[in-house]
Amino acid sequence: MLPEAAQHAHHPALAHQFDSLAQQREAATLGMWVFLVTEVLFFGGMFATYAIYRAWYPEAFAAASHELDVMLGTINTVVLITSSLTMALAVHAAQLGQRRVVLWFLAGTMVLGAVFLGIKSVEYYHKFTEHHVPGPGFQFEREYFRHAQLFFSLYFLMTGLHALHMVIGIGIMLVMFWWAWRGTITADYYSPIEISGLYWHFVDIVWIFLFPLLYLIGRHGP
Amino acid sequence: MTDHILPKRVYYIIFGILLLCTYLTVQIAFFDLGRLNTVAALVIAVFKAILVVLFFMHVKYSTRLTWAVALGSVFWLAILFVLTMGDYLTRGWRTYG
Repeated sequence: MLPEAAQHAHHPALAHQFDSLAQQREAATLGMWVFLVTEVLFFGGMFATYAIYRAWYPEAFAAASHELDVMLGTINTVVLITSSLTMALAVHAAQLGQRRVVLWFLAGTMVLGAVFLGIKSVEYYHKFTEHHVPGPGFQFEREYFRHAQLFFSLYFLMTGLHALHMVIGIGIMLVMFWWAWRGTITADYYSPIEISGLYWHFVDIVWIFLFPLLYLIGRHGP
Repeated sequence: MTDHILPKRVYYIIFGILLLCTYLTVQIAFFDLGRLNTVAALVIAVFKAILVVLFFMHVKYSTRLTWAVALGSVFWLAILFVLTMGDYLTRGWRTYG
């Protein structure tokens, strides 16, 4: 570490266009939030599509939703919320400069992310064997045949893009793990972990909405 | 900014509330409340999202500019939904003929 005065003059992590590490951190957080706004609208378009078709075909959507596995969906929700906790604790440890703790919590976050994807792929496998994948092989009650395909198209599109975000998230965490491992992340320079955390929590929020809207409609029905 | 370091306890408490809300939302779904089912599901989801944004994402302790951008996402999303639904949900309305 450099002595206190020299750090202020030129911290190795401080880019030359910023006055201070605090200002640099603020800019990084703000930039990430601007990106997340575009992500909100990206998923927003799909949620709007869902809302329209569900308003038009409520019975078909309820019947199709009934085919999803609430137990697996609930377990995955808990897994993802727990991964958000480990992520938040990783950021917390990074703020305190506790390198080993950061590594453990990042590893935990990645493992939980992988568990989520594993359970998701089991669910996808079930949907394939039950012929609930839209297309020529699709099978469903005659009455709702066409509109249930809309539900399942949205199901695969929305959970698929969510899963893609999870895969990217795990990739980002791998890089963060590497950076924390080699000592790039310090109590002075933790914004990479912080803004990666923002991304991870955002992906969690998308699932917080997907879970009730896809799995829990029409549970009380006949 | 998060120069303000939260005590770890905060994260555990928020985690507990999120789990409780997940339990609630699943339980409520099995009761027939008519249209209120969807309302309840969305209210709980929004509440959970707000907790994640404020505490896990540290917005509660962030600059006003970050607040403005985060709220901006809700604003643009509202435009997306209001204008789209204003069209689709009123197509059956007949005002003449």
